[in-house]
Amino acid sequence: MSEISLVVVGASWGGLTALSQLVAGLPGDFAVPLAVVQHRSWHADNLLASLLQDLTPLRVVDVEDKEPLEPRSIYIAPANYHMMVDDGYLSLTTDPMVRFSRPSIDVTFVSAGDAYPGATVGVVLTGANDDGARGLRHIVDRGGRAVVQDPATAEGKAMPSAALLLVPEADVLPLNEIAAHLVSITASASSRGERKVKG
Amino acid sequence: MAVQVDDAVPSAAAAVSRYDPELERIEIELLLEGIYRSYGFDFRSYAYASIRRRLWKRIEAEGLHDVSELQARVLHEPQIMERLLLDLSINVTAMFRDPSFYRAFRERVIPILRTYPFIRLWHAGCATGEEVYSMAILLQEEGLYERCRIYATDINEVVLQTAKEGIFPLDRMQEYTENYIAAGGKRAFSDYYVAKYGGVLFSPSLTKNVVFSLHNLVTDRSFAEFNVILCRNVLIYFDKTLQAKVHGLFYDSLAMFGILVLGSKESLRFSPKVECYEQFNGPEKIFRKAR
Repeated sequence: MSEISLVVVGASWGGLTALSQLVAGLPGDFAVPLAVVQHRSWHADNLLASLLQDLTPLRVVDVEDKEPLEPRSIYIAPANYHMMVDDGYLSLTTDPMVRFSRPSIDVTFVSAGDAYPGATVGVVLTGANDDGARGLRHIVDRGGRAVVQDPATAEGKAMPSAALLLVPEADVLPLNEIAAHLVSITASASSRGERKVKG
Repeated sequence: MAVQVDDAVPSAAAAVSRYDPELERIEIELLLEGIYRSYGFDFRSYAYASIRRRLWKRIEAEGLHDVSELQARVLHEPQIMERLLLDLSINVTAMFRDPSFYRAFRERVIPILRTYPFIRLWHAGCATGEEVYSMAILLQEEGLYERCRIYATDINEVVLQTAKEGIFPLDRMQEYTENYIAAGGKRAFSDYYVAKYGGVLFSPSLTKNVVFSLHNLVTDRSFAEFNVILCRNVLIYFDKTLQAKVHGLFYDSLAMFGILVLGSKESLRFSPKVECYEQFNGPEKIFRKAR
């Protein structure tokens, strides 16, 4: 298993609570950049980033186009844009909604799997739709890893269930164990204190 | 739960073992080079992840398997190039998009423009023109329109024609009306259009001082000196090198203390020109050329 360059997280309905718990559980030296796609209203402001920033010593970034990926940072996709992973940075697009969503979790996950094949972890959390399932499949098909919140612990069970249907080999964990699991599967990177992102 | 397949994902099951990102990058570069040399459309410096997604959308739609296969078809069959061109030049726009920007423009920029006897604005990459009409409405309401000349340019002749006609879909008027109100509109939005041809036709008075023209940000040069340049959500489709080049073009085309407007999630932080501008207070991407 190659080292992990990027963790991408998708959440929808119920996501604020789930993301808060996940982010609060990450240690301050969690080196691998973590990119978050949370479905929200078109006119949502930057509230999500500031809420999460209060919970972590990691840097929480409201993504702007061509934002470089850096260690110890959490990147939040803006409302009403798709966020795509490029080699070393994040690009935004205003392409049409994908199955009623913009940002779309699938769009971000697919681009992450392609930009960092074998070095991406995809995490699907709570939600009331099936966004993220196909993207997670893609990450795994590109040699990456999949983590899915145990639907029994999710406010919205539909999204993690859909992900498990397409990615049965995913690691299934209750919400309160996901942060520690991410630490352990990215450990080889974190133990050196510095994770190099290409670009 | 049924998972629909209506978006482009490479059929990965088949491609797992043989996916090679470096090889695919070569294939995409060759395809874009071929398109440029054969058809003259230059997508070589477009943002990679985004153009890759659009290419794969076309590959899936044509029932093909990889980029090289698409290349062979595109070079030999102009009708496939036409379909690909539509995929590659999707234009997403709206009237009074990001209303808080228009409000800030009214409050912060209009007072500056008032001091000018004549004002040149450039809407670069205006697509079907919704934002040009929005700005024309705002300038009329502020009593500045008669002093303005708006140059609205795009690379695509078809969308420019739509922009000139000023006919927009009826079913978006509710959204646009809400945007207009949130943008600080001073009248009834319906004052500016009449229902016609199954859509709405905007008042010809709005385009009286607008010049619609073809312009390619990738290859064409500056054509005047402007007081305001608006280019919102266009540069996000370019890679960093091309962005830097276009920022050079904008800088050269702006009068001293001229205003540059970018999309709400675009930044000058990653541009070599960042030192040349001052950003107005607040989250809006309104910059002033300062040196």
